[in-house]
Amino acid sequence: MDIFTQQLINGLVLGSIYALVALGYTMVYGILELINFAHGEVTMIGAMVALSVIGVLLGASPDLPGLMVVIAGLLVAIPACMALAFGIEKIAYRPLRKAPRLAPLITAIGVSIILQNVAMLVWGRQYVSFPAILPRGQHEILGAHITDLQIAIVVLSLLSMAGLWLLVEKTRLGRAMRATAQSKEVAELMGVNVDRVISYTFIIGAAIAAIAGVMVSAYYGLAHYYMGFMLGLKAFSAAVLGGIGNIAGAMLGGLLLGVIEALGAGYIGDLTGGFLGSHYQDVFAFLVLILVLVFRPSGLLGERVASRA
Amino acid sequence: MLAVLLAALPFLIGAGLGNSWVRVLDFVLLYVLLALGLNIVVGYAGLLDLGYIAFYALGAYLYAWLASPHFGLHLPFWMVLPLGAALAGVFGVLLGAPTLRLRGDYLAIVTLGFGEIIRIFMNNLNAPFNLTNGPQGMNLIDPVSIGGVSLGKSLEVAGITLPSTYLYYYLFLAATLLVIVVAMRLQHSRVGRAWAALREDEIAAAAMGINTRNVKLLAFAMGATFGGLAGGLFAAFQGFISPESFTLWESILVLCMIVLGGMGNIPGVILGAVLLTVIPEALRYIGDLQRATLGQVVVDPADLRMLLFGVALVAMMLFRPAGLLPSRQRKREFSAQDGVAEQEQASLYDTKA
Amino acid sequence: MQATRFSISAVIVAMTLALSACGEKTAEGPEVIRIGSVAPLTGPQTHIGKDNENGARLAVDEINAQGLELGGKKVKLELLGEDDQAEPKTATIVAQKLVDAGAVAVIGHLNSGTTIPASKIYHDAGIPQISPSATAVAYTAQGYKTAYRVMANDAQQGKALGQYAVGKMGAKKIAIIDDRTAYGQGLADEFEKAAKAAGGEVVAREFTNDKATDFTAILTSIKGKNPDLVFFGGMDPQGGPMAQQLKRLGLSARLLGGDGLQNVNFLKLAGADAEGVVASSPGLPIDSMPGGPEFRKRFEAKYGVIQVYAPYAYDAVYALVDAMKRANSAEPAKVLAELPKVEIQGVTGPVKFDAKGDTVGGAVTVYEAKGGAWQVLETVK
Repeated sequence: MDIFTQQLINGLVLGSIYALVALGYTMVYGILELINFAHGEVTMIGAMVALSVIGVLLGASPDLPGLMVVIAGLLVAIPACMALAFGIEKIAYRPLRKAPRLAPLITAIGVSIILQNVAMLVWGRQYVSFPAILPRGQHEILGAHITDLQIAIVVLSLLSMAGLWLLVEKTRLGRAMRATAQSKEVAELMGVNVDRVISYTFIIGAAIAAIAGVMVSAYYGLAHYYMGFMLGLKAFSAAVLGGIGNIAGAMLGGLLLGVIEALGAGYIGDLTGGFLGSHYQDVFAFLVLILVLVFRPSGLLGERVASRA
Repeated sequence: MLAVLLAALPFLIGAGLGNSWVRVLDFVLLYVLLALGLNIVVGYAGLLDLGYIAFYALGAYLYAWLASPHFGLHLPFWMVLPLGAALAGVFGVLLGAPTLRLRGDYLAIVTLGFGEIIRIFMNNLNAPFNLTNGPQGMNLIDPVSIGGVSLGKSLEVAGITLPSTYLYYYLFLAATLLVIVVAMRLQHSRVGRAWAALREDEIAAAAMGINTRNVKLLAFAMGATFGGLAGGLFAAFQGFISPESFTLWESILVLCMIVLGGMGNIPGVILGAVLLTVIPEALRYIGDLQRATLGQVVVDPADLRMLLFGVALVAMMLFRPAGLLPSRQRKREFSAQDGVAEQEQASLYDTKA
Repeated sequence: MQATRFSISAVIVAMTLALSACGEKTAEGPEVIRIGSVAPLTGPQTHIGKDNENGARLAVDEINAQGLELGGKKVKLELLGEDDQAEPKTATIVAQKLVDAGAVAVIGHLNSGTTIPASKIYHDAGIPQISPSATAVAYTAQGYKTAYRVMANDAQQGKALGQYAVGKMGAKKIAIIDDRTAYGQGLADEFEKAAKAAGGEVVAREFTNDKATDFTAILTSIKGKNPDLVFFGGMDPQGGPMAQQLKRLGLSARLLGGDGLQNVNFLKLAGADAEGVVASSPGLPIDSMPGGPEFRKRFEAKYGVIQVYAPYAYDAVYALVDAMKRANSAEPAKVLAELPKVEIQGVTGPVKFDAKGDTVGGAVTVYEAKGGAWQVLETVK
């Protein structure tokens, strides 16, 4: 039982990270119907920038409290990612808004490759380690271990989702976003500045991505120029699973995918008598993605997108 | 004239630059094959496939299963290559069938997942039953042998020694010419026009009585078949294959080739494949040059290679979306973005051209 | 027909590009014997690749300074350094290039993934290849009479580790994880065999990949089986977080790894959780090598700090030259006939090959992470 509880916790923490990143995909896709391949890389840049700041601060005075240093890193990483996403949208995506569908998708892949390689040139090919400065409190629940950091990850992703939901449902900007998602032309006629709404969408997604990036590198203790790609793919799968364009769906999809992966990797070997093993962990994510797209393209919570898919 | 030049090419390059560049030339032809295959799916039918390399892998692995000591089978290449192509074709349909309803970007993601799943299976199927030898890869794959003459060794004809790389060049050239002919005939056939219609507007195509399901499946199958053929040739040529050779980046590389050269246009696709195979090789000399002059490598060409690919993708889409050598039709499509009427008129005239 | 016109123009472009960079020089005086050296000189492994080449270059320079005579004629060795980018396809291209350039032997390549496909080209050309660092068993198992290496292979290392785990560390219940790369899987398989043979029980076999960072699911599953030792066949970017997650999940089992973990980066990535991790490395620590300290002095005077494999590349050149001396010729066929008889006292210890081309009695050294550094536990033969 304690093993099962532990696997659930593993899955929920992993899933919360997926969910945080998935929010960015789902917002952009909801409005532009574009898979922003570069979103995973924005997450990576967030982690790298924060790590650089943390390195500088610790170099200047090693006695600063760990939590403060990490928050300082985060406070630099968030605006950096926002500026980056704003730039990407303006330079690479906006001119192609009316181009045939393949064009922005290929551009997004190109931007993703560029960000990876620029990060590699700036921060090197080696894995960068995250200094062990955060408090390492540990708790036991039903025989399973959970750390403060893990609790923080789950709480932060829930808060981000709630904040985003409030923004989309209760503010003027949110209403403009929803209108733009329905129809750009009509929204424009109603006096919505569509360009600005799209910029805001990218910027908000990037801010959440920066938080996710810092959490990931703190949790696993490292960062790497390649870390965003697989994370991005998994997160996108999560967004699709939950119903793309739907904020609660991204959260649900992320958590579900995390749990599926953890339970899958943890139990498949024993269940199939060693025929399949944990080496197929990544297959689960892709298989879930393919099955959802084929049988229920609108995802678990999605409604609107069904007709478009 | 052209035929003579193509036939003499390995000798020219071999004499001027050495045998290693003939080997590069062989790889160029393999990538031309791959790019032509992917072009059918992406360029003709407009279905973005990000897992294309899986078919290349299937062709290569089938060749290795049927012509290496792994299972002790040593079937001749004229049996194995078509089988590999056919196997890849079948998988093309298997991938295509469930994804028929998906449009552009969803399809891209599903195919990407498919490509990764195939690679993960190849990487892990050494147990419980050793099918692929896992990450260790499969070794000692038989070279192609025609009429008792193995292409894996150099051959003496009338006092001239033909190294193995030259022999494979002619084999690959023959395969490439065959594929070019097939692709050209397809483009201008009923099916080719149906693909174009599908690419432009699926609903309209269906309304015109095109069986979009069959037409899509055919595109997947044809593209996959070419990929499988190229994979078989690759296995025979290298003699060693491992899952490392079939990563997602290879899929993206082939996609870059057709985007750069010009989607849907055979000369453009060939140009793209040649450029993106030769440029990284040429970039290597930048490293050598720096070592020779500065004593160390200041700007690592390996670091620049992928960056250049990324920049090329974005720049092409922004400034020359139809590619370096666009097909006439594509060019018009991309330039007449807003004018639906113009575009319709253009396609109307296009049928005559 | 338009199609072919473009491939031709592209080839012409390629030719001009390449010609401008090429250009070969032939030295006068003594007969020049060309030896290839291949390693990644660009990309992520540049520093290790350069190290290999420098090791070989040091040996070549020394031999030239002493003067070498074959068949009554003075000869001079020339080292042709090539870059394979750690990529299988490129490896075959540069192998071809060396064969074209008339290299009589090759020291290389660095990685198993490049050494194996290239070995086919050297075999077909009939020239000897001695790899200083490729450890995959498959390299010498192909039956090529041209393939040799001077470092203990994965089987030798895995075997030594398996025996060490059960015999010296007293492990009874063992869990094994590998990263599904040729290296990690090969090492883990050999470890499993040896550990079982020594009387250990393998209670779990789990897998990850070489890009993963989350191992909590497999570690939790392992925890349920209560092992007292976890073996990981893989590299430091995975080993570091794995060591952390192991502790975080409350596993009391010790972590054991191969040379993929036995490096400084692992200590950085694992942080405080590196403490007590045991990892091995083929060969001796440089200071325990018979000629180690002496070699270090000469090497550092010329090229700076030794990374890892330089002494092996150095010994590989001397082993090759020993075969040449025995054959009294640099002709590849004659050298190949003498290579099995080679016996020299190298920097890394005695160099001698078995019938397959593997090194005889390659040593493996076991280290433990203590206080943020690797400390030698013992050297197993």
